[in-house]
Amino acid sequence: MFSLARLDTGMQRFFAGFQEFFFLAWQAFTRIFHKPYYYRDFAIQFDKLGFSSLFICVLTGLFTGMVMALQALIQLKPFAATSYVGGMVAVTMIKELGPVLAALMVSGRVGSAITAELGTMVVTEQVDAMRVEGTDIIQRLVTPRLKAMLLALPLLTIITDAISMLGGYLIATTYGIGPTMYLSTFTQFMVPLDYLEGIVKPLVFAFLLTMIACQTGLATGGGAEGVGAAAKRAVVLSSVVILMCDFFIAKVFVVFR
Amino acid sequence: MSWTDEPCIRMEKVCYTVGGRTILSDFDLVLEQGVNRTILGVSGSGKTTILKLLLGLIHPQHGSICINGLEITGKPEAAYREQRKKIAIVFQGGALFDSMTVGENVGYRLFEEGRLSQGKIEEIVREKLRFVGVEPALDLYPAELSGGMKKRVAIARALAADPEYIFFDEPTTGLDPIGVYNIISLMRRLQEAGKTTLMVTHDLATAFATSQRFSLIHESRLAFEGTEAELRACPLPNVQEFLQPTVASLFV
Repeated sequence: MFSLARLDTGMQRFFAGFQEFFFLAWQAFTRIFHKPYYYRDFAIQFDKLGFSSLFICVLTGLFTGMVMALQALIQLKPFAATSYVGGMVAVTMIKELGPVLAALMVSGRVGSAITAELGTMVVTEQVDAMRVEGTDIIQRLVTPRLKAMLLALPLLTIITDAISMLGGYLIATTYGIGPTMYLSTFTQFMVPLDYLEGIVKPLVFAFLLTMIACQTGLATGGGAEGVGAAAKRAVVLSSVVILMCDFFIAKVFVVFR
Repeated sequence: MSWTDEPCIRMEKVCYTVGGRTILSDFDLVLEQGVNRTILGVSGSGKTTILKLLLGLIHPQHGSICINGLEITGKPEAAYREQRKKIAIVFQGGALFDSMTVGENVGYRLFEEGRLSQGKIEEIVREKLRFVGVEPALDLYPAELSGGMKKRVAIARALAADPEYIFFDEPTTGLDPIGVYNIISLMRRLQEAGKTTLMVTHDLATAFATSQRFSLIHESRLAFEGTEAELRACPLPNVQEFLQPTVASLFV
């Protein structure tokens, strides 16, 4: 039965969670510039988060680029404008689909892994043990993951974009479009700010998905079942937040265009 | 910052509630240096919560907790991190870091502090592992160890930074009789070496074998505090029920 008291409790919990998120995010971000830097943990996380997601991003980029080109060519053919396919694929992939798809893939693959790993450490008291040993757990567990993701996701996005361009070109060749014609339309469709947008988005997404995964993981309770629930929650939440933020970042760049 | 001359860990009038459920109510405890104590109580009575409160891992809603005179209640972790280094804990499941080898686990705090050379840390790690009798496991990962070995490695990790107090959370739970005997022997050797131990358990045999003073927690409150003889002679029904549970108590 609906009650104001329950709504009030729900709202309080929501805002408390929101506050905790920003507090953790701020602490993790400021610690990027503080010692100890935990280079070894950073390298391990970069390998886990970045290289392990490379193949899935390559596949996603290739097939998305191919399907984008295919659909664009069908639409452009009646107007004898198939030569513009390169520019269309570039705009769609570099500004929108590349960053979003790479972030969603990484979120599903790595975000859930971060949450599960930290959640398991919480429920097996490893996090408490670290705290007792005098470790700042944000510096040790969150910041290396954040740094690794801030570097890995933009790189993965660039690779996804590049592979999708290649995929688009493979389809374009079947319509008799050569490499020069394919590439020449990039400059007609894209301005330097668009390339910047393609880099800013993965940076923001990397920050958000890492912080959501870490916060959800560190707040895990309730044993193995709790870890599974936390991983699921982290993936759903970060996916929704990525899609919402994509719109707002795009809106900001539209203003400055 | 308030300081007293007497080195001890003190908990006064502590109330701790989670999700509307009272875990501790007006709970008092003093752990003097050199006096080994056991907190007794049935499962779920709040024994582990007491250890976490004393370590500042969680904070009470009311009351005061001091480590060697320094009030830690309500303060940020960084304010009492140094003071907390005087305490080590052996968690119930060991809580070994599963991404690190046994050696890295034991030397964790020393590596973190960065004050000693790599060679010196390795020497200390080997010495502590030798003390608990698991030196051959130096390069193994926690997943490759038995339950008893994990507990012994956890004790070695607790000893590595030479703490004044060592807390034990149900150290003998889930171990076979030989494992229990090994843990009791280790605890006695630690006490002989001048360490003060605080154990929480419901295992009376281990408690009587390792402690001089006992606290019994019942329904969120301190039901008893005293020596073994006083505990056995205590006429309170709750205490006697804990010491000699009857079949009828199973159905209460």
